[in-house]
Amino acid sequence: METLITLLICLPFAMAAVIVLIPQEKKKLTGRTVQLFGVIVMALALYTAISWYSGRVTLYFDLPATALLNNIILAGDIFLMVLIIYLSIKYHKAIISVLSIVQTVMVAWCELFGPEVKATEHIEIDWLTIIMFLIIGIVGVLIGIYAVGYMEGYHHHHIMFKDRRNYFFAIIFVFYGAMFGLVASANLIWMDFFWETTSVCSFLLIGYTRTEEAINNSFRALWMNLLGGLGIAIAIMYCVIAEGTVSLRIITENAMGSSGAILIPIAMLAFAALTKSAQMPFSEWLLGAMVAPTPSSALLHSATMVKAGVYLLIRISVAMHGNYVGEMVYLVGGFTFLTTALLAITVSDGKKVLAYSTISNLGLITACAGMGSEETVWAAVFLILFHAVSKSMLFQCVGAIENTTGSRNIEDMEGLAVRLPKLASILLIGIAGMYLAPFGMLISKWAALKAFVDAGNSLLVLFIVFGSGATMFYWTKWMAKILGGRHKEVRDVTQKNEYISMFIHAAILLVLCLTFPIISNVVMVPLMADMFMNTNAVISEGNTIIMIIMIGAIFIVPLVSYIATRDIGGRKVPAYMSGINVGDNENFVDSFGNAKEMHVANWYMDEIFGEPKLLRPSVIGGIIIVIVFLSMLLGGAVK
Amino acid sequence: MEITMRNIAKSPWLIHYDGSSCNGCDIEVLACLTPVYDVERFGIINTGNPMHADIFLITGGINSQNESVVKQIYDQMPEPKVVVAVGACACTGGVFRDCYNIKGGADTVIPVDIYVPGCAARPESIIDGVVKAVGLFQKKYEDRENAKKNKSEVEA
Amino acid sequence: MVLFIVIAPFLGGLLHGIDRKITARMQGRKGPSVLQAFYDVIKLFEKQMLYVDKMQNLLLLSYLFFIIFTGALFFAGVDMLLCFFALSTAEMFFILAATVTHSPFTYIGSQRELMQMMAYEPMILLTAVGFYQATGSFKAIDIIQESSSPIILMPGFFIGFVFILAIKFRKSPFDISTSHHAHQELVKGVTTEMTGTRYAWVEIAEWYEEVFLLAIVALFIINSHMWSWFLAAAVIVLVYFLEILIDNTCARVKWDLMLKSTWIVSLVAGGLNLLILEIIN
Repeated sequence: METLITLLICLPFAMAAVIVLIPQEKKKLTGRTVQLFGVIVMALALYTAISWYSGRVTLYFDLPATALLNNIILAGDIFLMVLIIYLSIKYHKAIISVLSIVQTVMVAWCELFGPEVKATEHIEIDWLTIIMFLIIGIVGVLIGIYAVGYMEGYHHHHIMFKDRRNYFFAIIFVFYGAMFGLVASANLIWMDFFWETTSVCSFLLIGYTRTEEAINNSFRALWMNLLGGLGIAIAIMYCVIAEGTVSLRIITENAMGSSGAILIPIAMLAFAALTKSAQMPFSEWLLGAMVAPTPSSALLHSATMVKAGVYLLIRISVAMHGNYVGEMVYLVGGFTFLTTALLAITVSDGKKVLAYSTISNLGLITACAGMGSEETVWAAVFLILFHAVSKSMLFQCVGAIENTTGSRNIEDMEGLAVRLPKLASILLIGIAGMYLAPFGMLISKWAALKAFVDAGNSLLVLFIVFGSGATMFYWTKWMAKILGGRHKEVRDVTQKNEYISMFIHAAILLVLCLTFPIISNVVMVPLMADMFMNTNAVISEGNTIIMIIMIGAIFIVPLVSYIATRDIGGRKVPAYMSGINVGDNENFVDSFGNAKEMHVANWYMDEIFGEPKLLRPSVIGGIIIVIVFLSMLLGGAVK
Repeated sequence: MEITMRNIAKSPWLIHYDGSSCNGCDIEVLACLTPVYDVERFGIINTGNPMHADIFLITGGINSQNESVVKQIYDQMPEPKVVVAVGACACTGGVFRDCYNIKGGADTVIPVDIYVPGCAARPESIIDGVVKAVGLFQKKYEDRENAKKNKSEVEA
Repeated sequence: MVLFIVIAPFLGGLLHGIDRKITARMQGRKGPSVLQAFYDVIKLFEKQMLYVDKMQNLLLLSYLFFIIFTGALFFAGVDMLLCFFALSTAEMFFILAATVTHSPFTYIGSQRELMQMMAYEPMILLTAVGFYQATGSFKAIDIIQESSSPIILMPGFFIGFVFILAIKFRKSPFDISTSHHAHQELVKGVTTEMTGTRYAWVEIAEWYEEVFLLAIVALFIINSHMWSWFLAAAVIVLVYFLEILIDNTCARVKWDLMLKSTWIVSLVAGGLNLLILEIIN
């Protein structure tokens, strides 16, 4: 097992180095190499999961070369800091490097000159780790495979951007390694290093196109994530000095149920998680990250990196139960869920809608983790699972649509079902998977609602019911647009590997939905038992059966209806346009007798609660919540 | 094969369209819907949508601009359907018949079944015409059903 | 449950007919027969089929199925939240059926329909939550065994629910997406391109839905005593009459007033009730 984990973490780094060394012109070679490496990583992750599954106990151990790795990580921390300093000075944003310097110095000081800490294991593998491994290894790698075809089309369209795709792929692999390391780390310093690496990866990928907007957005992402990293550094310092350990598990156990100063590191870790998962007030970096090529949006900013934040929250959720930290976290989560759902209604850029939706769902997961009860964590893990698959698929699909039609605006996706049926069907499955009963997200949302009610938290219940209404609005709106009626012919240039990835995603999603009760019993229950010493099915047997029936129904009913109505004949008539339909349902006769195009557009209500109106107040709201609770915490700790 | 004849005359829905009327007849038509004359007791609903309508109430004459419109609305009505021309202008073009811009009554463009004269037509006449139209509606339906039955018998 | 599937349409159609009769009487006229809704549907079935887009057929049939499914689930005693989720799935099919024709009136209608959904969704979910808080169960079977009527603990939820019923029943002031009267308003909104048999399905689906919703109203009242069933029937009649009254006295509002008022009522009535129940528990 030790070798497996070492390989899993280190191999992607090595692969990245290889990719970067391939000459730029050999595109086919690069593509094949990336795909091959991706498959290797996926196989490795699967194999690790399977070999762990045979034992199925939580493992704590150290990697063979721990001391060496410790030093490498310290060197890595310093390397990252130097990189950040260099780049921030180069782009005239030197002040940001202060954040990096401060936290790296803090952590380095702790390691080199700090008091002795109790030696604890550095790696922890339990159910949650394995789930994350699978998400990174399967969903993440599939996105990498998809990226090969995507970047081909992307640079075909965007000739003005320098083709540095080797660098792009390499960073993706670095990211894989970092994520594997992050979720496997039981040691805060190691986790911090991997955390920072993902921040830097995100920063580099967002700035890929090197346009002014991209550079600005990438730096915004960087400083917000570095702020979180600072939080972790403070937590580490406190733990080293006051608790004498840097083991995440021990800290969490010590903090469980207490209310003193021990909560400070927990609060700082929670704070870091909030920045990483783009909760209010830190949501703007994720919105800005959408300028990057789609694979980065899919991989980092929806399926995996932002999950690192909520992953951490789940790890410390038992310690957040019933105290100010938890309250801060769940208030931020619920508030974010509602406001970003409302904001999602008002934007028409497909990627932006997906970004808001991601933040919204992360808000829900955050709220669940913040509540820290068995039911809510159950819901949170399920949400993570379903969201990772669905959202990654949706991003990939939107990216492919953009490559083919040149636009990712929802208004331009009219009648996609007719023009690009394969992509449209994937998009529909993805959207349905995000909010429709009885798909996974709905089930998880249902579980979350139930859990909040059981926990007696009215505010969260209100957040969730109002947010649900808003969620339904923007997704159905999008679905409706796709099924419209245009007939313009478009050539589908989506590459085969992109399709492979997307179809596999769709298949995974469906399988997950159908095997939901199995997953619940086999995976969630042991995880809950581990975390809470208690097992309790949140959604009963009976209901799960009904849900499976519903999933079947969602597919079978339209199919049967189609067969039943296929032969209903009738006369085809033009759509009703008060009698002045030209006949093609797209134009009407204007007062001069000429054909004028009729355009139907979705409703965005931008003036009412669009970004100009709502974003600023939401950010301020988030800031208020965070500051109030941190202050209360500090006051309680000092007491 | 026995086809049951249903009494669909119990639910005649109408659509009202103003060709180029001075609105005099239109006001009288709408008056029929008010409590004083109350055509809803016959199950009549004024739907603004030809696709839901059975009876087409047309007022005003036909000119080159509304010719295609009237035709399109007529086409968008499902069978069986009945057309009622209300008012002198819809029947024959009325006093404007010889004007250069008026082509004539509604029957220049669509087949009219019932003519309700008057300028403006009184609500009582309109209701009378509509009641006749409802009867015609049922008859057309029965004819259509019989034709279908005969056709399937011939095929058998 | 089987009873529901069989009887509900008749009940629903009858309700519609009674609605039109009472409305007519309120307006001082005679009005159609109470069986009028059935005559309408029969006629619709006999009309020629026209279509703008064939996909609409399967979507509408799916809509009808899911509405029946929702009610069936409820009467079979399944978790109420799941029923409500099934209801929103049905609505989604309805909206998709409308937009698939790419017609301007249906498009506006469907956007408004979406707005309506966003307006009433919180209250509907809150109602289910309220039942759970008050009685400890989401299932109708359990709730009717309670010794006292849920409404005693859930007055706020009741008010909120009746408030949004106006939207669900397509009554003014909240009938902005499609309406039973004044059909000139945006022609028929969502249902513009639905003809003949398809429109008949929509009508029948509406009947099922109304019976389901009124059953929920009854659920507020019913408890383990026999007399509560009669009281529930009376309350249903009263509520329905109230809806008709509101329909005839209120003018249609714009969407923002609908959204604001529904959300405020949901928040205040539902939220306060929720808070109180939480404190009690």
